[in-house]
Amino acid sequence: MKRSVRNKIYDKVFEIIGYTATFFGLIILLYFITDIVYEGWNRIDYDFLTSYTSRKAEKSGIFPAWVGSVWILALTLIISVPIGIASGIYFEEYAKKNKITYMLEVNIANLAGVPSIIYGLLGLEIFGRMFGFGSSILTGSLTLALLILPIIIVSTREALKAVPQSLRDASFALGASKWQTIWLQILPSSMGGVLTGTILALSRAVGETAPLIVIGALAYVPFIPSSPMDEFTVLPMQIFEWTSRPQHEFLINAAAAIIVLLCITFLMNGIAIYLRNKWQKKNQW
Amino acid sequence: MKAINILISISIIGLLMSCGGSSQKNNEQGNNMSGDIKIDGSSTVYPITEAVAEEFREIEPDIRVTIGVSGTGGGFKKFARNETDISNASRPIKDIEKETCEEHAIHYHSITIAYDGLAVVINPENTWAESITVEELKKIWEPSAQNKITHWNQIRPEWPNEEIHLFGPGIASGTYDYFTEAIVGKSGSSRGDFTASEDDNVLVQGVATDKYSLGFFGLAYFEENSKKLKLVAVDNGNGPVKPTAETVSNNSYDPLSRPIFIYVNQKSCEREEVQKFVKFYIKNAGSLTKDVGYVALPTEKYDTEYKKFISFLETHKL
Repeated sequence: MKRSVRNKIYDKVFEIIGYTATFFGLIILLYFITDIVYEGWNRIDYDFLTSYTSRKAEKSGIFPAWVGSVWILALTLIISVPIGIASGIYFEEYAKKNKITYMLEVNIANLAGVPSIIYGLLGLEIFGRMFGFGSSILTGSLTLALLILPIIIVSTREALKAVPQSLRDASFALGASKWQTIWLQILPSSMGGVLTGTILALSRAVGETAPLIVIGALAYVPFIPSSPMDEFTVLPMQIFEWTSRPQHEFLINAAAAIIVLLCITFLMNGIAIYLRNKWQKKNQW
Repeated sequence: MKAINILISISIIGLLMSCGGSSQKNNEQGNNMSGDIKIDGSSTVYPITEAVAEEFREIEPDIRVTIGVSGTGGGFKKFARNETDISNASRPIKDIEKETCEEHAIHYHSITIAYDGLAVVINPENTWAESITVEELKKIWEPSAQNKITHWNQIRPEWPNEEIHLFGPGIASGTYDYFTEAIVGKSGSSRGDFTASEDDNVLVQGVATDKYSLGFFGLAYFEENSKKLKLVAVDNGNGPVKPTAETVSNNSYDPLSRPIFIYVNQKSCEREEVQKFVKFYIKNAGSLTKDVGYVALPTEKYDTEYKKFISFLETHKL
């Protein structure tokens, strides 16, 4: 009897701690978002989205910045997703459990924790200077792709692990080859998880500034990039540049640009959740 | 398989969206000059160069001027590797940077384009520190002051016995280099126990909310926040002087008024569009400088800079 009372108290206490922890984060986030929306909402209009930067804050816009962000996002996706998913499949389905595999696994896990500016330095030397891509969108995308590869690999592996062994057995029993099993059974069943991980990783990439500053992303770009070899700027760069200005009007611009960036991130997370729900419904084991 | 279709279509849509805007741009080809001009360097100089590039675009829309903000040092690194045509600098080029330029056979011409004053600021509630001498500033900021000069009355006995809280730009900024050079006597050498931030607005907030604070940063940041802050007049032996457009440009606000520069690569000057841009820069820097909160040079100095640039072009037969 006594023990059950004690357990109930513990239960209640933990419930309260849980609530507080959740709301603590939420309230701070809410405060930031309200503040940003309050500052910047009225600044967003068609002109803001279609103008170049200007010394006059009220004439300034984020056209090259958001287009640059979309470019970076698209190229990073194209580069990182096939490599990431393929590596994930290799580790989960093909790799032998030996010391080399173990070493690789540990290193990938560690890479996920390397500060992003280090990737920037790597990208500058290898892609920018050795390969001669300069400060182009391609250099930026390759760098960000490296940055998020570990996340994609790890989440792909987790998703593949979640596919029940019975599905594989059934596929093999029907005479399917290993590749057919992976391509036609395992990959489609795990796609929800794979995509969720990928899109969350891309959401991280779209908010990165440090590595892009290092590789030479610009602040003033008076044109819209038309090829992967063009120089570029991205939304976080523009926000960073505006927040360091003395005039308050530029801070309002920064707030407005943050709202646009948040919208992009929310949109991507929305897609992730939608895809996950869709695939989860379809596959009921 | 649907997943892959969706993935592909997302990326195609992304590419189409970004290409859409540009194809129109490329079609409007006029008879004007075209070409790329690459600029990088100090974020202090950036607003002026941005303003010039913006106006330049009105008359030469096909010349693509791009500007980065890697900082004075970062800018010179790229400049010395021939990766940029023009470098923005909030201090003169250092000897070691000159050497790298020589190694890569980069020759250049420097142009003074404006003045920037460094404001020494306190909280408006601070009633005692009306002015401060350069020696006192040195006493506060030199490396040996660390953990020793911690109270206001150690600087001047009649000031209160309260802890002093120091705010200054981060050590990577040209502003910090300049201040330490002018006050301590050696660039980059100061005490380490002060609140440093690369974002000057953070420093403004720090000083504005702390009665016992003292900080320094670019004059433009004071002017935008003059209600929240108070200027300290600086005395270099000729009586206390407050930084204003006038005292900064006639150099009586000594030693904390500094010139800021652009450096032009000699090889780039072979290209007509670079010549045109630099000439435009010198001619318009005066009015645009004021627009973005800096102090313009006297008109005759711009004329001198213009002549110097022309003769630089002539001597190198560009």
